Amino acid sequence: MRFAYFAAGLVLFTLGSYGASAFEIEGTRVYPAPNSTVTLKIISTADINVFEPIILEFQRENPTISIDYVIASSTELMKALHEENAEFDLAISSAMDLQTKLANDGYAQTYSSTATAYLPDWAKWRNQIFAFTQEPAVVVISDAAFQGIDPPNNREELISLLRENPERFEQRIGTYDVRASGAGYLFATQDSRNSDSYWRLTEVMGRLNARLYRSSGDMINDVSSGELALAYNVVGSYAMSRLPDYPGIRIILFDDYVNVMLRTALIPQNARHPVESGILIDFLAQLSLRPELTELTSLPPIDTAHLRENSAARPIRLGPGLLVFLDKLKKENFLQNWVSSMEQE
Amino acid sequence: MTTPFANSSIRRRLVIQLSLIAAILSLTFYLIVRFVAEQAAIDTQDNILAASATSIADALYSERGEVNLELPYSALSMLGSISEDRVFYRVIVDGETLTGYTDLPEPTPLPIPSNAVFSTFDYRGEEVRSVAVARTVSSSGQAVNTTIIVAQTRLGLEAISSSISTTAAFVGVGFFIFLTTLSLLSAQSALSPLRRMTQSIKRRGPHDLSPVKTQLPSELVPLVAALNKFMARLHASLTESEAFVAEAAHRIRTPLTIVRTQAEVVLRKLEKPEDKKALRKMIRAVDESSRSAGQLLDHAMVTFRIENLLTAKLDLGEITRDTCEHLSPTAGLKDINLIVRIPDEPLPIAGDSILLQNALRNILDNAIKYSPADSDIHVTIEKSDHYEVSFTDQGRGFGKADLKSLTKRFSRGDNASDIVGSGLGLTIADEVARAHKGRVHIRSNTEGPGACVSLILPRV
Repeated sequence: MRFAYFAAGLVLFTLGSYGASAFEIEGTRVYPAPNSTVTLKIISTADINVFEPIILEFQRENPTISIDYVIASSTELMKALHEENAEFDLAISSAMDLQTKLANDGYAQTYSSTATAYLPDWAKWRNQIFAFTQEPAVVVISDAAFQGIDPPNNREELISLLRENPERFEQRIGTYDVRASGAGYLFATQDSRNSDSYWRLTEVMGRLNARLYRSSGDMINDVSSGELALAYNVVGSYAMSRLPDYPGIRIILFDDYVNVMLRTALIPQNARHPVESGILIDFLAQLSLRPELTELTSLPPIDTAHLRENSAARPIRLGPGLLVFLDKLKKENFLQNWVSSMEQE
Repeated sequence: MTTPFANSSIRRRLVIQLSLIAAILSLTFYLIVRFVAEQAAIDTQDNILAASATSIADALYSERGEVNLELPYSALSMLGSISEDRVFYRVIVDGETLTGYTDLPEPTPLPIPSNAVFSTFDYRGEEVRSVAVARTVSSSGQAVNTTIIVAQTRLGLEAISSSISTTAAFVGVGFFIFLTTLSLLSAQSALSPLRRMTQSIKRRGPHDLSPVKTQLPSELVPLVAALNKFMARLHASLTESEAFVAEAAHRIRTPLTIVRTQAEVVLRKLEKPEDKKALRKMIRAVDESSRSAGQLLDHAMVTFRIENLLTAKLDLGEITRDTCEHLSPTAGLKDINLIVRIPDEPLPIAGDSILLQNALRNILDNAIKYSPADSDIHVTIEKSDHYEVSFTDQGRGFGKADLKSLTKRFSRGDNASDIVGSGLGLTIADEVARAHKGRVHIRSNTEGPGACVSLILPRV
């Protein structure tokens, strides 16, 4: 059945700008529905292979909705909606701060339903932003590199470990380049808020000439190939999905605190099909009722009970607090500090 | 001229007026609570806005000759802690926007340091509350004026005020119901003396015209005084008419006796049978009138004595025997046998002997009158928890007449038209019985024809 959709589907992959727009996209794929009456345009930061099972299952239940899935970085997504008023029916992003800014500045529609009412309060804001996954920022280590040493359980232990074994970790630590990655910036700013140790950790990593990445996927690749001994602040869901394919890596959840990023969806103000977008938001809000999709996508659905199992887990709070690190001066200052810590030589 | 609501009940008027007052109080209460609570909610938002703006102002610093800002996380997150409102801010240094929303309007007049300016306006499609705070930052030895504006939409405020309004409305309605219930109760209790007075007047006997002496609130005293005066007047007028009737009866009876005696004399002298028949008719009419006058006189006397009832210790057996003896000649005229069966023991009773004799005489007189010649009349006294003096005759009984109405004045059985009578006999007996807390019981004779009339009197 699923195969039939694939075969019938016009699969289109393009790179570069989307139409005549100025914002950059990374790819697009169309999923035509068998009895299509509307085409839902989604702009998303999630990789297509991560999100595809959700789209296919959604279309199985709603066979009249075609989906035009556009992939863009969180910065480009923001640019598309905030500056260029591009027309999309749904925006899905892991950059909670940018989604918050879109809603705060009036670029999102209000939507509510029984399904969204069941979402916990921390998983929605203003009935405009709806979280559908809770993804912890984790540390991924290479088993081979940690032979004979106990892996660190928290940031203090990591700092000590790195300070005591500079030769072992020189150029073998990976983390996000916060200048290039929205998720990286979000994790770093939350780290700086949560603990003073963050800046010390950054300095230690800088001294070891840590390597900087734009995506979690690349970090996981390099850990499994043995190039990296440890990757800090990797999106947990990506790591989980790669785990079976890369036997040599291990995921560590720190016990001091774990930032939990929420992947969120919003209906842009100029959406053409807000009703269908609402149906998709309901579908996403109820992902916890579909364990088979969690299995396929490795996207952990919103689940308060599961979150409580780990007392160190801290879901990043949606709300105006997230606007602070988007402040022009604040961001400049933060990046300046970060760069000077990371690039000491 | 009619007064409006002249007919509506005092109770209803009281309740309506008190309910109106309750409604006004409840509404006032609701409005005050709402106003105070909303003001408190506005003040809360203003305070948080001011705290946010102040914390931003405190984070301003000067670096290499330029004013810089380290926007504190709490400055915005504190605004998100109580509601999900949109937040906007703008920092202006020397007229230039340093950071924030460049289109967020500056207030007029601009704030002066230590004095925040609050305003409400529409921004980006929604109403916002904004605060502007001024701060002077020293940069390279020069004082630089900065303005910090923080604005927030009022979604949370509306939610709070609508929830307060709902609560206040519920409390107001509850207050109203409570007050109305209280007003019902107080109307009830205010009117209870009136009800008591009505009851005490209702309970009185039909001839009781004595003054009302119930304990009453001062407001009712004039009304009762007026009522008592009225009753006194009525009493006087009744007494007067009774006296008039008695006087009239007395004056009629005496000449009637003379007329009768003369008629008897004339009758003996007449020879023509038709003349005799006519004269007999006349004598019969005179008898009827004389008897009626006698009974009217009796009735007036009974009424007077009942009003001023004298109670003495009497023996019912003795009184009954006296009455029977007194009337035995009349019975003898018709060959009626009076069979008296009275227990041979004292039958003490408290009462007025003249009244009791009168009552017994009237009953026995009736029995004799309606008995056929050569019959028996049984006179018995039975003693249980009360006395029952019964007169059982073998006469025609009461036919189909309503037994209860027979004790009314001038009421006679529907089969009694051929016999001289006024219809006052049983009335007198009944009034006497009632005055002595007893009653007259009338029934048909259970053994054979005739009637049985009993005077039932309480024992001492």
